[in-house]
Amino acid sequence: MAKTIIEKIWDEHIVYEEEGKPDLLYIDLHLLHEVTSPQAFEGLRLNNRKVRRPDLCYATMDHNVPTRNREQIKDVIARKQISTLQENCEEFGVPLANMDHPDQGIVHIIGPELGLTQPGKTIVCGDSHTSTHGAFGAIAFGIGTSEVEHVLSTQTLWQAKPKTMEIKVTGELGYGVAAKDIILAIISKFGIDMGTGYIVEYTGEAIRKLTMEERMTICNMSIEAGARAGLISPDETTVEFLRGREHVPAGEAFEQEAARWLALASDEGATYDKTVEISADEIEPFVTWGTNPSMGSGVSQNIPYTSDFTETSDQQAHEKALAYMGLEEGMALEDIQISNVFIGSCTNARLSDLRTAASVVEGCKVHPNVKAIVVPGSKTVKKQAEQEGLDKVFLDAGFEWRESGCSMCLAMNDDIVPAGEHCASTSNRNFEGRQGAGSRTHLMSPAMAAAAAIEGHIVDIRKFQLYLAGV
Amino acid sequence: MEPINEIKSVITPLNQKNVDTDQIISKEFLKRIERTGFGKYLFYHWRFDTEGNPIKDFVLNDERFKDSTILVAHENFGCGSSREHAPWSILDYGFRVVIAPSFADIFYNNCMKNGILPIKLSVEEVEAILSKEVYNVAVNLEDQKVIGEDGVVYSFDIDPYQKKMLLNGWDEISLTFQYEEQIKAYEEKVKL
Repeated sequence: MAKTIIEKIWDEHIVYEEEGKPDLLYIDLHLLHEVTSPQAFEGLRLNNRKVRRPDLCYATMDHNVPTRNREQIKDVIARKQISTLQENCEEFGVPLANMDHPDQGIVHIIGPELGLTQPGKTIVCGDSHTSTHGAFGAIAFGIGTSEVEHVLSTQTLWQAKPKTMEIKVTGELGYGVAAKDIILAIISKFGIDMGTGYIVEYTGEAIRKLTMEERMTICNMSIEAGARAGLISPDETTVEFLRGREHVPAGEAFEQEAARWLALASDEGATYDKTVEISADEIEPFVTWGTNPSMGSGVSQNIPYTSDFTETSDQQAHEKALAYMGLEEGMALEDIQISNVFIGSCTNARLSDLRTAASVVEGCKVHPNVKAIVVPGSKTVKKQAEQEGLDKVFLDAGFEWRESGCSMCLAMNDDIVPAGEHCASTSNRNFEGRQGAGSRTHLMSPAMAAAAAIEGHIVDIRKFQLYLAGV
Repeated sequence: MEPINEIKSVITPLNQKNVDTDQIISKEFLKRIERTGFGKYLFYHWRFDTEGNPIKDFVLNDERFKDSTILVAHENFGCGSSREHAPWSILDYGFRVVIAPSFADIFYNNCMKNGILPIKLSVEEVEAILSKEVYNVAVNLEDQKVIGEDGVVYSFDIDPYQKKMLLNGWDEISLTFQYEEQIKAYEEKVKL
């Protein structure tokens, strides 16, 4: 019987199943960070329980950590949360990449870097962007703190089997169009709850052509479409990315694993509960202008008019979003003035993202009205970028070059967008107040954010060279 | 967690779609290491202005609903971040039930883990409830019914396993420990 990769992995991980109950699934990898774990460890302590499989856990500090002056964390409560994770990991024997550790970084960046993330695994973390790891052909999803405690205690989770959805991306990406634009276009076209109740698989020729880092960008934002998880079937690109990584077998054992991984790919003729399609040929560089990730358009478009919407509730939501964002209906996106730029986050802070941004800004200067920061996704990414001289390119252009962490994506640390200011951001959420109370977020790709930093307003990256030439 | 079955209260109408968990509990409040104390931060930036004064028009500041234990919202409630601090703040504030046409998956699950009953009614039913000025209802989980003060009866579906967990207030981890044999057998089979 032809199976999708989702069904193959799910069925392989059933510890117990019974009619009228969710399936009990085994969890192969449990990633942890400091914000959603303290209450879980406390629960273990109160009930006198141990972590069942510390060897299948890996923790890091990312949300709260400052991206500069790390020796002195000014926020007392943040400092407590970070030290609590340190104490918990020591007490329960969980491996931890703390701020001094060379592997520290954003949890969804270091998992793949270290080769912990592998095809066919079930992977969870107390963070909704866990969907990122699906890029490797793993079932990876976010969980709440109570479920974190459950996995720590039992290494399992009760899960109702979700439905499956195929999101087929046909055609080819045009010049200046990035993986980030694909996922923003999907969410804009189909809505932020199109995936609720589904695990999605991204298929199609446009997906196959993507690098692993590009695939991670897409899978990362599956949750913004409401999906439980988002996968891409493994192929040779997946195998080559993992070859030689720390937690991956070597030699003959690797070749055997690689063969097993490739066999996980969805079978020819496998069916899904739902299929939707989008053509990459039609996708433009995207910019969000509203207060959820679906409120976005191609950069050559104008902000929709309220009268474009037929439902009263949609009209009201549109007006409320524009009022919050301080924007006018019908406005050209390229007229939006930017005063902050953030290149970072688990969506787009990998080496290829930094290379792209650096190639855009090389030889240019950040606009005098703009404060721009680049936050590498991990210490490893930072080191590799510095080896290539990318830090110099950014610094020469007038960007700040920071230490790794979640930073301005959600402003739980001191990287905050001031109230009323607009930020061109490579992150994944533009909700009200996300980057700071009253802040105004515009999501886009690294190239688009880099160009906005130079021009001081939203720019169509495809025309950027023309702008530079004064055309 | 507290078992839940019958809840009677005036409903708090939050007539908005796509309410995300950043609005329910903003990130500056996620730094606590306890599960409690989040109620005072519920919908903080919608409740209070930049000086900390209550915003008159926001529903949580409406005197008529101050003892309400039932929140009624619109589609895709609880979308965005997986933070369980969202249901914690809802519970700590005093709500035991949330009614909406649809919920984000992670938020829906998180509610179940905390003894909050999330009820899915149709869009039409929710809009009918939200259209009333002040509306009292009686929720009965056992019967899977919401009964309005005007006698209208709304039935809802819920997964039988989740229903049992909520009715009894069972701790899921203790339940899972009953499957220790199966978990060990799996680990042996896969050579983990």
